[in-house]
Amino acid sequence: MAQAKPRVKVPKSAAAGEVVTIKTLISHEMESGQRKDKDGKVIPRKIINKFTCEFNGAKVFECDLDPAISANPYFEFTAKVNESGSFKFTWVDDDGAVTTDEQKIEVK
Amino acid sequence: MELTRRQALGLSVAAAAFAITGFKSGQAFAAAEDSEKRIMEFTGGKAPQPGKITLTAPEIAENGNTVPVSVSVESAMAGDDLVQSVMLLADGNPNPAVATFHFSEASGQASATTRIRLAKTQNVIAVALMKDGSAFMDTKQVKVTIGGCGG
Repeated sequence: MAQAKPRVKVPKSAAAGEVVTIKTLISHEMESGQRKDKDGKVIPRKIINKFTCEFNGAKVFECDLDPAISANPYFEFTAKVNESGSFKFTWVDDDGAVTTDEQKIEVK
Repeated sequence: MELTRRQALGLSVAAAAFAITGFKSGQAFAAAEDSEKRIMEFTGGKAPQPGKITLTAPEIAENGNTVPVSVSVESAMAGDDLVQSVMLLADGNPNPAVATFHFSEASGQASATTRIRLAKTQNVIAVALMKDGSAFMDTKQVKVTIGGCGG
């Protein structure tokens, strides 16, 4: 599969201590391991099994994914920001491939 | 007593129908039992209480391939009043595990939204585990028109 492409939405700025909403989407087929191809063979499982979000190196949100998460996994969650910095997002594939993205936020 | 041909036929149909439905409910029961076991493992053997956690899911999902669900837990997200993780289960899927969210103080709120797959009409269960060890649960039934597990 082509390189998974992440899309992340983080507000550009926030007040100190504000709780901001973050939305993430990544293109991935999330093959469940339940489907069969036309010869009746089971298509092997291939999903993103871990998603993490860090802010300035500290853990904010983490998710363990199972095959019941839809294709192109979407997450919406919140983060409390006290200072300017950057969010780092990581998606880990079953085959070990890691996709990362970084977004900056400015605290006024 | 002698059975007429008609009676015999009726009996065998009834027996077959019973065998089929019996088998199906047995399967559903196994899945429900599996989710129960997973909840116990997740909470460390504690029975989760109702309340605090809210699971939002559509009543009817036309497409089981992508069903939006949200969870939120009432919590100050500081000190001991902290939600550690929330586990999502779908008790009618081939594998009931859906996802587990892990929160931290930096989350600000214990709420998250994602999209899940549902194979058929079933219950979606959300279990929250707090830092003090208590557990809370919410369940929503989702009617699925087209299943989302393929195969």
